[in-house]
Amino acid sequence: MSDHPTGIKRWLFTTNHKDIGTMYLWFAFTMLFVGGAMAMVIRAELFEPGMQVVNPNFFNMMTTLHGLIMVFGAIMPAMVGFANWQVPLMIGAPDMALPRMNNWSFWILPFAAIMLVAPMFMGGDFMDGQGPAFGWTFYEPLSGQYDKLAFFIFAVHLLGFSSIMGAINIIATILNMRAPGMTLMKMPLFVWTWLITAFLLIAVMPVLAGVVTMMLTDKYFGTSFFDAAGGGDPVLFQHVFWFFGHPEVYIMILPAFGIVSQIIPTFARKPLFGYASMVYATAAIAFLSFIVWAHHMFTVGMPAAGELYFMYATVMIAVPTAVKVFNWTATMWKGSMTFEVPMLWAIAFVFLFTIGGFTGLMLGVVPVDFQYHDTYFVVAHFHYVLVTGALFAIIGGVYYWMPKWTGNMFDITLAKWHFWVSTISVNILFFPQHFLGLAGMPRRIPDYALQFAEFNQISSIGAFIFGGTQLLFLYIIIKCIKGGDKVSDEVWEDAKGLEWEVPSPAPYHTHVTPPTVK
Amino acid sequence: MSASHITKKLSVLLGLLLVPGIALADYALNMTQGVTEISKDIYDLHQLVMWICTVAGILVFTVMIYSLINHRKSKGAVAAQFHESATVEVVWTVIPLVILVAIAVPATGVLLDIEDPSKSDVTIQVTGWQWKWQYNYRDEDLSFFSNLSSDSNEARQLGADPSLMAKADNYLLNVDKPIVVPVNKKVRLLITSNDVIHAWWVPEFAVKRDAVPGFINESHFTATKTGIYRGQCAELCGKDHGFMPIVVKVVEQAEYNNWLKTEKAAIAAAAGDSNKTFSHDELMAKGEAVYKANCAACHQADGSGGGPFPGLVGSKLVTTGSIEDHLKLIIAGKGIMPPFGAQLSDADIAAVTTYERNAWGNNTGDTVQPAAAKAAR
Ligand code: HEC
Ligand SMILES: [Cu+2]
Repeated sequence: MSDHPTGIKRWLFTTNHKDIGTMYLWFAFTMLFVGGAMAMVIRAELFEPGMQVVNPNFFNMMTTLHGLIMVFGAIMPAMVGFANWQVPLMIGAPDMALPRMNNWSFWILPFAAIMLVAPMFMGGDFMDGQGPAFGWTFYEPLSGQYDKLAFFIFAVHLLGFSSIMGAINIIATILNMRAPGMTLMKMPLFVWTWLITAFLLIAVMPVLAGVVTMMLTDKYFGTSFFDAAGGGDPVLFQHVFWFFGHPEVYIMILPAFGIVSQIIPTFARKPLFGYASMVYATAAIAFLSFIVWAHHMFTVGMPAAGELYFMYATVMIAVPTAVKVFNWTATMWKGSMTFEVPMLWAIAFVFLFTIGGFTGLMLGVVPVDFQYHDTYFVVAHFHYVLVTGALFAIIGGVYYWMPKWTGNMFDITLAKWHFWVSTISVNILFFPQHFLGLAGMPRRIPDYALQFAEFNQISSIGAFIFGGTQLLFLYIIIKCIKGGDKVSDEVWEDAKGLEWEVPSPAPYHTHVTPPTVK
Repeated sequence: MSASHITKKLSVLLGLLLVPGIALADYALNMTQGVTEISKDIYDLHQLVMWICTVAGILVFTVMIYSLINHRKSKGAVAAQFHESATVEVVWTVIPLVILVAIAVPATGVLLDIEDPSKSDVTIQVTGWQWKWQYNYRDEDLSFFSNLSSDSNEARQLGADPSLMAKADNYLLNVDKPIVVPVNKKVRLLITSNDVIHAWWVPEFAVKRDAVPGFINESHFTATKTGIYRGQCAELCGKDHGFMPIVVKVVEQAEYNNWLKTEKAAIAAAAGDSNKTFSHDELMAKGEAVYKANCAACHQADGSGGGPFPGLVGSKLVTTGSIEDHLKLIIAGKGIMPPFGAQLSDADIAAVTTYERNAWGNNTGDTVQPAAAKAAR
């Protein structure tokens, strides 16, 4: 390790994909705890009817920052962290194509996060914090009332720079640096899903940047894009936002599909079923994600023809998604399965993501969406796809690849505890929210009518258990980094893929001479 | 909630994990059927889609669970090596498509029913404000605001005595002044907003429509049963988004007519107040009520303000500033401070101004009469 700086300089100046991947993953993990702590405040306030813990503005700040931090700070950076570590290892490249840009795209992130959260600490009393409190969707004109809007806008700009640079890097790496013989249709599915995700990012991040810039000029330079009094249209904001926002949800879930598609074949000891159709389904989902945005705003007052179109296009997404679930099932079918920890998370993903998929289909049906919209039914839906979907895949991916990264096996007993307690508690947390929504509880309210008390209490109990259990995850990771049973290069019995051909732990430089792929 | 109570709830929950969709009335687990034709159609559609999803889910999960049990290495399963099958893949692409069509057809029907342009009997303009609703009966020259009722408002303050919640009538779902509409009559709603986006939602009517500033959204309902129906704002609209409920009283036509008559008489009486002169104490008492209902949400009951909302205790404008400027600010608003000219009468504005200039130790001794408010408009 003499060929690179050590200490703090190693991390500040590194251009090594593994170091950068590690930093992304730790950053994401830190943000998971920050965003998670905010979720705990939310669930504590909602534990009982009445206002006990925070004031309404602080509550709104918590829901807003929780959403923004989990989306932009935890899930997305975690996926980029996986891409950094795994894409070069899996395609037989020595590093990412643009290593200096890689360093920069990471180091922007902490500053963006600080900029986003800083206003929370401005204001006399902590409870009077001035953080954004308009929901992670920052709808105009509400967001335009925010005093410190510029902080928010520049934080989003920085996040956008970082994502776009990361995406360019991933595309350049995958298209240019594959080992000889690694044709596109031989790439591991994780690489495929990231390739498609990176194109989504490049397509929609500029739209996000555009919409916040319009907000900026509305607020500070006298334009009226979203101000009806000046001839603008508040609903335009929602169209532009969701043109970014809907692909964004696939940006979070497609790499998760990729991770699960790596894990299941390994532990079923059987090749992924329908590899080609998985690739096509991913591309189809990505394409459809651009033409369904208005299903987030069915109640905004669109002509019936528009609503019908967006309904039809939306429910179409169920087709490629169902194909994926069927393919995973067929991969397990007649396999020779074992249930190592990564496999447990992958299986939980398939079951629970499917539940989220079904509620997504229900939400796409316009007339019933009039009842579901902006209730806890929606909250339950997107937490099933983002927590038991994206986050579970991330956790599964960490358990799957961590032995390769560290050279050590993690504490399997603790990891199983982590899995079972998380999986049970996450359902106690989110399943009752379906009932709350159907019974009529709106989302984003700090207090509720008495008939919602019991399910909220159950949900909060699940939340405290689920949140607390993630501390165990932290402990397991630290323990694994510090030591543990040494693993073989292959790590998992008969695992297939170039990442399992390099030594464990993966040395600082791998695939220096390209491997050949048969 | 006792431990046994929780166990009971949990067992209900577990039962539901296995058989979703069963409506156990006392737990309000499912969507309401509501009291309009459309709400019933929507409920039926919801049941249809939910059952399709449930059955599909059970089928897929059964296959997965079967595989998880039987195709495991510990049972000696040897991995087959098949990894594609064009037939199977085409079949399971087509099946979801067919199911989607089966859902889309009735959904289209219901949606087109909702788009019903026929003539309505009553037209109400609904305007969202931070954080209350304004109702304007278009054909009746009747307009009023509907705020969270004061008992709920007291009970929902941070750290309030929890017993207040139980004592409050329909905690958080009650208002000082509900709207009243006739049963079996088509009520047309013209929904808009004065500030940010809100959404007017009454589940029993299956009406949820965004209130967008500068635009008017149309919706309608025909309630087929008399009763009191409650809803809430459904779009995040700032700090007190959770505290702007909706209450609709559906009554017989005769009762509706009576209600209209009483309301109009009250308005006529209030209009007379503009020309009256009140004593300082009368104005203070009235002003306190107006302040609590309209101003305390931002400036706090004790006038201390907080965050972007200035404190009024010792404020320059309120203590040493001119009365006219004070009145004008309340009438015309400024920045986030909404204009109150349209929603408060001259007497109300005079009273609240008097109150602010004398409460919380401001003690200016000023008395502001309705005539001054009228002049300041
Ligand atoms: C939606 C929140 C909100 C409500 C409700 C509200 N205000 Fe205000 N008020 C504000 C804000 C914000 C300001 C500061 C405006 C500015 O200077 O830009 C303000 C300023 C004022 C001021 C001037 C204070 C100063 O020192 O300059 C007075 C007086 C006032 N409000 C009176 C009232 C009265 C009377 C009511 C009720 C009828 C009321 N406000 C209701 C938000 C509110
Ligand atoms: Cu509102």
